[in-house]
Amino acid sequence: MSLLSAIRTGDVTELPSRRDEDWRWSDLRGLVRTMPGLSSGFDGEIPAGRFAGLVDEDHVLVNGGELTLTIGAGQSRTLGLRLISRGEGRHSTRVSINLEAGAQLALLETQDSDGASLVQNTLTIEMAVGAKLERVLLVDDHAMAINVGQTTVSLAPGADYGQSVLTSGARRQRLETHVSHPGGEAQLRLDGAYLLAGKAHSDQTTVVTHTGLDGATRQLTKGVARDQARAVFQGRIVVTEGADRTDARMAHHALLLSDQAELDSKPELEIYADDVACAHGNTVGAMDEDALFYACQRGIPESLARAMLAEAFIGEVLDRIVHEGAREAALAWASERLSVAS
Amino acid sequence: MLKIDNLQAEVGGKPIIKGLSLEVPSGEVHAIMGPNGAGKSTLSYVLTGRQGYEVTGGSASLNGEDLLSLDPAERAAKGVFLSFQYPLEIPGVPALTFIRTALNAQRKARGEGEISAPDFLKRARSVAGSLKIDFDMLKRALNVGFSGGEKKRMEIFQMAMLEPSLLILDETDSGLDIDALKIVSEGVNALRSPDRSMLVITHYQRLLDHIRPDRVHVLAGGRIVESGGPELALELERVGYDKYAVPA
Ligand SMILES: Nc1ncnc2c1ncn2[C@@H]1O[C@H](COP(=O)(O)OP(=O)(O)OP(=O)(O)O)[C@@H](O)[C@H]1O
Ligand SMILES: [Mg+2]
Repeated sequence: MSLLSAIRTGDVTELPSRRDEDWRWSDLRGLVRTMPGLSSGFDGEIPAGRFAGLVDEDHVLVNGGELTLTIGAGQSRTLGLRLISRGEGRHSTRVSINLEAGAQLALLETQDSDGASLVQNTLTIEMAVGAKLERVLLVDDHAMAINVGQTTVSLAPGADYGQSVLTSGARRQRLETHVSHPGGEAQLRLDGAYLLAGKAHSDQTTVVTHTGLDGATRQLTKGVARDQARAVFQGRIVVTEGADRTDARMAHHALLLSDQAELDSKPELEIYADDVACAHGNTVGAMDEDALFYACQRGIPESLARAMLAEAFIGEVLDRIVHEGAREAALAWASERLSVAS
Repeated sequence: MLKIDNLQAEVGGKPIIKGLSLEVPSGEVHAIMGPNGAGKSTLSYVLTGRQGYEVTGGSASLNGEDLLSLDPAERAAKGVFLSFQYPLEIPGVPALTFIRTALNAQRKARGEGEISAPDFLKRARSVAGSLKIDFDMLKRALNVGFSGGEKKRMEIFQMAMLEPSLLILDETDSGLDIDALKIVSEGVNALRSPDRSMLVITHYQRLLDHIRPDRVHVLAGGRIVESGGPELALELERVGYDKYAVPA
């Protein structure tokens, strides 16, 4: 059962439900009574994206489609990927990205929707020896949209994958990343940030499987939820037998700005190897009222002070984005989101 | 001029300030001394509008304008500055960014334009220099990981940058080494001016050796129980607060 087969068949009973352990905080079956019709083509105008001007080339898929990108050995590119949903239909996208040995890619991706669409995005990334990829995904969904994405990354030894998923949520949104980590010299950074307001929901789920010696993973997700928003973080790190000396760190920190905002989080470490350094930190807190008073005492109006402190909180994640232009766009996104919300 | 008249305030439903009256004319520096728990910090929070400090009676005004009806940021824009006894940490916000945001917010509230980035930096450099603050420290998140003394120095730095008209210093001397005490005092003295009032809360004469007060007040049991000239501080240091003891 998956959203993908539900989209294909139009059968609501195919949707993942809260009875699926992994989906209990992001139930779709109970949410979608009838499947929307298939999305039609769109030939209207597409406005410039958030990463406009930063990329060598933009790849745009509107209301579904397929795409394969290959970066040849030793090449270095900055590419834009825009997955755009227009209208209220259902559709899926399928994108494959292959990096040959030593290839480098900055992938600046946006997903946006403008209505109650139902979307499934599949992204498959294969990285050969010594390849390097930084993916920055900024998701701007409509408040009524349902968006489920599954990214699967497989790393060869010496590959370096960094990812930052930034989102303001949707009616129901699930952004999954699965990485198979061969250990050795391969590097993995998996970051996420969410800024949720209204009734937005966002679920960031990650599974990292370490299969070789001496692997390292750095994972940091931070988010802010206000109003009646609901955030979900599920992070699982699996260290398989023989993946000795793995060093994996996962942290998730949330700020809840209202009594009605909700957070469900489940960090999990499954370790079947020896001599492993794994750590996870998971905190949830409210705005520091003392720091807030301090800022106000200096003359910063309360709403601005709240936005400033929330932005600083998220900033720790955004600062880890290596691509400078993308980092600036991400900071602008956060600042805009937080000032709108306050 | 700061004018407090018969002020009463509660914290957590418990009366702490119990009919306190005090006037600090512009151009003057007044010291407040008093036993632990007397209500000195409480007074500073009531004047700055901290949540949870509820005024139940009396008034407080600065240059004729009522303070108590304003929110904390509005009071700051009117010129109220508190150097905290325990300065807060602001993770993720560089000190310079924080102060520029505060300065511009205050200017906006007063209908003035923003300060230009070069002007701001120039002033920050010169003020930091006079307070012997390493400029690189201003690029770090405000007060995060700063030593106790560095935090106090940063309070005076912010005060000098914001040029307030009512300066409340709550135990600014605590945590300062001998040299820092001198530097900070010089910084405070440099801000003395005919249109500023200063309220210096301290337990020790040594600060008052550097910042010479015009008047010294004793706060005990939520009220000013005695006022005098600078010599009162010396006398308190000798005899302590026993004679002001309030029955529990
Ligand atoms: N939240 C609170 N609830 C109840 N009582 C409080 C609260 N905060 C402060 N108090 C009490 O108010 C009284 C005055 O405290 P305050 O901090 O103003 O004293 P102070 O004069 O500044 O003392 P010190 O010299 O130790 O700094 C103390 O008895 C304190 O315990
Ligand atoms: Mg005190």
